[in-house]
Amino acid sequence: MLTESVPLMQAVVPVLPEMGLLLLLILVLMHGVFSPKESRRTVCVITGVGFFTLMVIHLSVGFNFVGDPDFSGSGLGDIVRVDAFAVMFRAMILLAAALTCLMSGESRAINRRVEFYVALIVAALGMCLMVAANDLILVYVALETASVSLYIMAGFQRDSKLSSEAGLKYYLFGAVTSAILLYGLSLIFGFTGETNFSRLGPALSALTANGSEGVFALVVALLLVLVGLGFKVAVVPFHFWTPDVYEGSPTPSVAFISTASKAASFGLLVRFFSIVWPAEMIPYWAGLLAALAAITMTLGNMLALVQKNIKRMLGYSSIAQAGYALIGVVALSDTELGAAAVAFYMAMYVLTNLAAFAVISAVEWNTGSVQIADYAGLSRRSFPLAIVMVVAMLSLGGVPPAAGFFGKFFLFSAAVDAGYTWLAIIGVVNAIIALFYYLTVIKVMFVGKAEDESRYTIRPRLAVVLWVTGVGILLMGTLASPWWRWAVEASQQLTVMLP
Amino acid sequence: MSLTPLHAIFALMSLFTVGGAVGVVLNRNLIYAAMYLVLSLFGIAGLFILLEAPFLAAVQILVYVGAISVLITITVMVTRCVFCKEPPPRQLTLVAVMAALVMVTLGFVIMTRFGGLTPAADVPADSIEQLGVAFVNPQAYLVPFEVASILLLGALIGAIFIARDDLPRDEEAVGGDDHA
Repeated sequence: MLTESVPLMQAVVPVLPEMGLLLLLILVLMHGVFSPKESRRTVCVITGVGFFTLMVIHLSVGFNFVGDPDFSGSGLGDIVRVDAFAVMFRAMILLAAALTCLMSGESRAINRRVEFYVALIVAALGMCLMVAANDLILVYVALETASVSLYIMAGFQRDSKLSSEAGLKYYLFGAVTSAILLYGLSLIFGFTGETNFSRLGPALSALTANGSEGVFALVVALLLVLVGLGFKVAVVPFHFWTPDVYEGSPTPSVAFISTASKAASFGLLVRFFSIVWPAEMIPYWAGLLAALAAITMTLGNMLALVQKNIKRMLGYSSIAQAGYALIGVVALSDTELGAAAVAFYMAMYVLTNLAAFAVISAVEWNTGSVQIADYAGLSRRSFPLAIVMVVAMLSLGGVPPAAGFFGKFFLFSAAVDAGYTWLAIIGVVNAIIALFYYLTVIKVMFVGKAEDESRYTIRPRLAVVLWVTGVGILLMGTLASPWWRWAVEASQQLTVMLP
Repeated sequence: MSLTPLHAIFALMSLFTVGGAVGVVLNRNLIYAAMYLVLSLFGIAGLFILLEAPFLAAVQILVYVGAISVLITITVMVTRCVFCKEPPPRQLTLVAVMAALVMVTLGFVIMTRFGGLTPAADVPADSIEQLGVAFVNPQAYLVPFEVASILLLGALIGAIFIARDDLPRDEEAVGGDDHA
C-alpha cells in the first residue's frame, strides 16, 4: 500500500540524470518530427550539448548530495544507490555520450538520423542506471535497456553488410549471454528470496555457512553471472563479438560501445563483487577472475599485433584493456583500492579511446579508409590529428605523461597490495608487448609516406572532441592525484551500508 | 505422502513443458517446432497456476502463448525453407554433451538447494493487487517498471528503423553544411 509518501526531492535527486535524459529524448524526437529538413542537421549538436549539460548538472548536484543518506537513493526503496562511485561513472558515461554525438556529425554511416540519437540516449540512460543499480531487478532491466540500444547502434548502417553483420552478431551473442546472466540472477534470488544488494550479502553469507553444497551452488550462480557480465566487458572467452563489431559498426557507435558500455559494465561488476558476494566466496571468484584477466590480456594483445585494420586492432586492444581492468576487480578481494583503480582506469580509458576514435572518424571522413597503412604521413596531412593519436596511443600503451601510465600503475600496485604480484607481472609484460602495436601506429603516422599528402580538414565539432580528450588525457596523466583521491573516496563509499 | 490431483496436474504440465521443449529441439520442420514451443509455453503457464501466481499465468498465456508464438510462426512462414528438411547441424554431439552437462550441474544445484526448503507462507489473496501497487510505489519497483517502458520504446524505434525498407532519402549525405 502507498502508506508513506516520499519527499519529492528524495525520489528525484537519485535519478536526476535519467530524468534529464528522458527530457532530452522527448526533445530529440520532437525535433526529428517537427523541425524542417534543413535544421535537422543540428540534432547532433543539440544532443551533444544536452548530454554535456546533464553531466555538469549531475556533477554539481552529485557533489552536494553525495554522502547525504537522504539523497543517495533510499527514497527509491534502495533500488538505486547514488554514491560517489555512481556519480563518477555516470559522469564518464554522459561525457562519452556527449563526445560521441559531436563525433557522429562526421559520419556518413549515421548521416545525422534522429534514430541514432534516440538509441544513444536510451543506451546512456540504461548505463547510468547500471552503475547505480542496487537491486537485481534493476540490474537486469538497465542492462537490457543499454544492450538493446547498442545492438541498434552497431547495425545502424543498413546499407553496409559489415554493419548489419556486426549488429546481428552482437545481438545474438548478447541475447544468449543475457539469458544466462538472468538464470544466474534468478538462482541468487531463489537461494535467498532477496533482490536487494545490501540484503543479499548477509543472506548469501548465511548460505555458505551450511557446508560445501551452499558454496557449490553459489559458484554455479557466480559462473552464470560472469558469463553475462564477461560478455559486456569483452573478457576471454566471451570476446568473439568484439573484433567484428568494432570493424563493422559505424565509428561513433564503436566509440560509444568501447567506452561507455565498458565503463558501465565495470561499474556494475565492481559494485556487484564488492557488495553482493560474501567474504567466504572470495577464494572462488578471485582466483577465477585472476586467471581470466591473465588470459584476456595476453590473448587480446597477441591478436592485436597482427591487425591491419585500425578499428579491428582497437577491438583486440579493448579486450586486452578489459583484462587489465579486471586486475582491479581481482584486487578488490583484499583491498578497496581495487575499486578505485578500476574507476581511475575506466575514466582514463574512456577519454583515451574517444580520442582514438575521434581521429579515426576524421581520417575516415577524409579518406574513407580505416587501414593502418593509410595513416602514413598523417603528421604532415594534419598535425593536430597526429598529435592526438600519439597521445591516445601512448595512453593506451601506458607511457607517461599520458593518463594510461597512472591507470596501469594504480591497477598493478593494487594487485600487489592484494597479494597478486604474479598477475601484476603478467600485466607489465603485456603492457610492453602492447607497446609494439601502439607504437607501430605512431611510426606509420610520422615516418610513413603517402603518395597524396594533401591536408585534411577538421570540422569544428570534431576539434572540440580532440581538444577535450587530448587535454583530459594529459591532465589525468600529469596531475593524477586529485582524480585518484576522488576515486579512492568513491571506492570507500561503495561498501558503506545505509542505515 | 499421498498423491493428490495436484500431483497429476503438475505431472501433466511438466510433461507439456519438457516434452514441448524436446519437440522444439528435435523437430526439423520449423512449423512443427513452433507448435511444440506453444505447447511448452502453455505448460509453463500451467505451472504458474499451480504456484498460485495467476497473474504470471495470464501474462504467460497472453504474451507468450498468444502474441510471441504468432510472431514466431509468421517469421517462420516468411523464411525460405519452411517445409524442407534441413540437415542436422554439425557438432550436434558436442552441443548435446554440453547441454547435458549444464543440465546435470543446474539440476544438482536446484535439487540440493531447493530440495529441503519449506514452502513459503500462503500466497495472500490480494497478491495481484500488491503486485500492481509495487509497480507504482517509488519505494518498491517504480524505477525498473518505468525503465522497462523506456526499453520498449527504444527497441520499438530501433526495430522500425532497422526493418523499414523505404527510408526517406530526404537527407543527402553529410557534407558542406557546416556553415549553419
